[in-house]
Amino acid sequence: MNTLIAISLLGILCLLLEVFNLRKAIVPVTAVGLAATLVYTISLLGTNTSHYNNMVVTNKFTIGFSSLFIVLTLFLVLLSADFYQKTAHKIADYVSIKIFLLAGGIAMVSFGNMAMFFLGLEILSISLYILAGSNPLSLKSNEAGMKYFIMGSFASAVILFGIALVYGAIGSFDVNQIYEASHSASTVDWFYIGASMISVGMLFKIAAVPFHFWAPDVYEGAPALTTATMSTLAKVVAIAAFFKLNRYLNGNMKEAYEVMLVVIAILSMTVGNIMALKQYNVKRILAYSGISHAGFMLVSLLNVNLYAPTLFYYTIAYATAGMAAFAVVIYVCKDKENEDIEHFRGFGKQNPVLGAVLTAALLSMGGIPIFSGFFAKFFIFNEALHSHYTVLVVFGILNSIIAIGYYFRIIGTLFSGQSVTENKKIPLVYYLVALGAIAINIGIGILPSIITG
Amino acid sequence: MNITILLILLGAGALATYGAGNKWAPKVALGFSILTFICALTFVNQHNSSDFIVKWFSNPNVSFAIKSDGLALTLVLLTTALVPIILLTSLNKEIKNAKSFYALVLFMAGAMVGTFLAADGFLYYIFWELALLPIFMIGLFWGDNSTGERKKTMMRFFVFTFAGSLFMLGSFIYLYQKVGSFYIADLYKANLNSTEQFWVFLGFFIAYAIKIPILPFHSWQAKTYQFAPTVGTMLLSGAMLKMGLYSVIRWQMPIAPLAAKEYGPVFIWLSLAGVVYGSLVALKQDNLKKLMAYSSLAHVGLIAAACYSGSQDAITGAVYQMVGHGFVIVGLFYCVDIIHSRYKTIQISDLGGIRTLAPKFTSLFLLVLVASIGLPGTFNFIGEFTMLYGLGAQNISYAVVGGTSIILGAYYMLKMFQNTMLGTTQQKPFDDVSWSEGFTLILIIGVLFYFGMYPKPLHDLIAPSIAQLNVYINPIK
Repeated sequence: MNTLIAISLLGILCLLLEVFNLRKAIVPVTAVGLAATLVYTISLLGTNTSHYNNMVVTNKFTIGFSSLFIVLTLFLVLLSADFYQKTAHKIADYVSIKIFLLAGGIAMVSFGNMAMFFLGLEILSISLYILAGSNPLSLKSNEAGMKYFIMGSFASAVILFGIALVYGAIGSFDVNQIYEASHSASTVDWFYIGASMISVGMLFKIAAVPFHFWAPDVYEGAPALTTATMSTLAKVVAIAAFFKLNRYLNGNMKEAYEVMLVVIAILSMTVGNIMALKQYNVKRILAYSGISHAGFMLVSLLNVNLYAPTLFYYTIAYATAGMAAFAVVIYVCKDKENEDIEHFRGFGKQNPVLGAVLTAALLSMGGIPIFSGFFAKFFIFNEALHSHYTVLVVFGILNSIIAIGYYFRIIGTLFSGQSVTENKKIPLVYYLVALGAIAINIGIGILPSIITG
Repeated sequence: MNITILLILLGAGALATYGAGNKWAPKVALGFSILTFICALTFVNQHNSSDFIVKWFSNPNVSFAIKSDGLALTLVLLTTALVPIILLTSLNKEIKNAKSFYALVLFMAGAMVGTFLAADGFLYYIFWELALLPIFMIGLFWGDNSTGERKKTMMRFFVFTFAGSLFMLGSFIYLYQKVGSFYIADLYKANLNSTEQFWVFLGFFIAYAIKIPILPFHSWQAKTYQFAPTVGTMLLSGAMLKMGLYSVIRWQMPIAPLAAKEYGPVFIWLSLAGVVYGSLVALKQDNLKKLMAYSSLAHVGLIAAACYSGSQDAITGAVYQMVGHGFVIVGLFYCVDIIHSRYKTIQISDLGGIRTLAPKFTSLFLLVLVASIGLPGTFNFIGEFTMLYGLGAQNISYAVVGGTSIILGAYYMLKMFQNTMLGTTQQKPFDDVSWSEGFTLILIIGVLFYFGMYPKPLHDLIAPSIAQLNVYINPIK
């Protein structure tokens, strides 16, 4: 609870610093604030409390995910200073929106009441709409913002309708009562209709097939840092919230619901991967790869009582790899019109450190051992097989093979030919973020028990 | 002192090589590889086959388990001996970005040693995959790109092998669901029924058949050998494909003995088909590297057949031949490389009459060649003979078909020798072997002939552990 308050205050502080003309201090102060909040949040580990009539709860699940979100936001904020150099007079807005986005994200995993959940969802979504369209001079950014706004608000409306139906069925927003209702035999039918609508909306938010069409366009059009936000932070928030919702909502409709989840997971993996093979824009590749990763993460929803550590592990592996990759992508494509794969030609030779980081990040996403992406996939396969979803494992393995195709194409380009990027001094933050993210990734790869234990 | 020191040495060597800079990298790498070899040798002499287990993480239950019995030690010794030799062959060459190149070679050696030592299925899988990455990069960034096919070839190689190993991972996960452990001793006692064993066996087979390679899965091999830099080709053919063969004996057969008995003949015939196919295709090759690749396919096919036969003799012979083949193929590729460094071509039709220009080189080449075709007195003879004996004891037709590899091998190898070394002299100059080239070749030939005359030390190392494994491969009902 205090985490949420601290984050919100930090966002307001950002805006105040702008008023007092301390623009230069914004990024450092925010970063320190986030780090302090992170330490505080982790120190809460072991507590199990609820606040304000069970509006907000604190437990292992929320603390774990909140910490992850804070770390990701910290990386994003660090990158902001250099990324928004040309529009430095607006930096307070950009940074504070990211902080508010984080507040929304934390609300989305620590809710104890559907009202709180929806509040968090809207804070997160609206922040993202703004960020997607935050480059008004670019036609593509405008298009992305508009597209995302229309599609996203439609999905939000579906979720809201679902929540209303659930409320209509049981007369409460409280998750504990929802949980009981979902397990009771006497619950009226529209409860399930509502629960399904919430699921559909959430599937849109995590960009699972067939609700994925917005993702590539929006990812491509939005400014690169926003794409990084969407593909790491926002995706992880959405899947964690979806996971938590599932725990409360899907009690009685187990079988049909599981079949649906399996089908959507397989579709997401496969369609995302196959589409990614055809792409030549790195952002689009990462968007489609994100869709396929969403498919893998959906597998963990099949057993919400046991798989929370697995999902947590997967999200860390995915988000840190994504963050490391985007740190490099943002640097390489900073002054370029688009993110064509050709911009990366020879970059690995010119800058071995960042080249190695991008390689490592892609290898992690591709599931090559020692990077945590491999362990994440392994845990998912292991548990899917444990629950007798052999078909998921088969498709998961096939997809891991397909994915190698496009990840290795980027790696191959990275180290062949002559570099087209101007060789100049790279700001330190890029190294900091790229190496920091990949260090977390490899660290939990070598010692997975930190997370799963 | 514990055998993991080999892994640490190779890992530290890779880092030190990278840190040493381009000028010193080859020497640092060579120093570390020799050091590792000496260490490995000490372990063999002490003969302490102590197991070593440290818990890594639970749920799923994985431990860092090392098993260094005679079989594993033999392969470790082979790898650590081949790496310095392979490095010696490349010392005189200009290699771009040498520090990364040599660091990758050591890293790969470390991963291979780990694969041979690992006694936990999961750990083994990780090392198995780790060995793949550096060789892929070596091929991709340092390979021969004269025809512009390099990237495609390496990509195919990677996707093939990676895909195969995922099937193996599938088998391991399945076993874990049944047994609740990845530890090798627990997996041996898995007690699966014959259908379950079949699927596990098949998953392993796809991974190993691609790596070895066995006939329908060989399509990546020839071109990869052709386009990879010579060091990469040597690592692939000398050491890496032994990973597949070793794993058949270590993991596949003992874990699924019933399936091995029931379907063994199918896999033996597939392997033998590779023998005949490889020999016949080798007859037609004009590119020396491709010829060696296909001859390797034939020889390895015979080893694979021996492994799948499950007979104790054949398996012992297979391990001999892994060592023999490892040295021979490195020697052969080195000879090809020497020719290439002089004439810039390895098309047989462009070559001829080198003998008059370089008699010493020709003699050394001939010695490696006769070892390759398994002439008595060389270690390869002992290997091939033991394998054919073991196969023949099971079914005489195996030995007959397998034996064709020796006949055909002698034919295409000697024909190649005739066309390149003898015949009309090309007027282009051909420098005879330099001191270091001669030394490297003599080293290889020395090993092959020494063990050819006196195989007892290797026999003493290998036989007891094969006898131990035999309990699981041929369980008494």
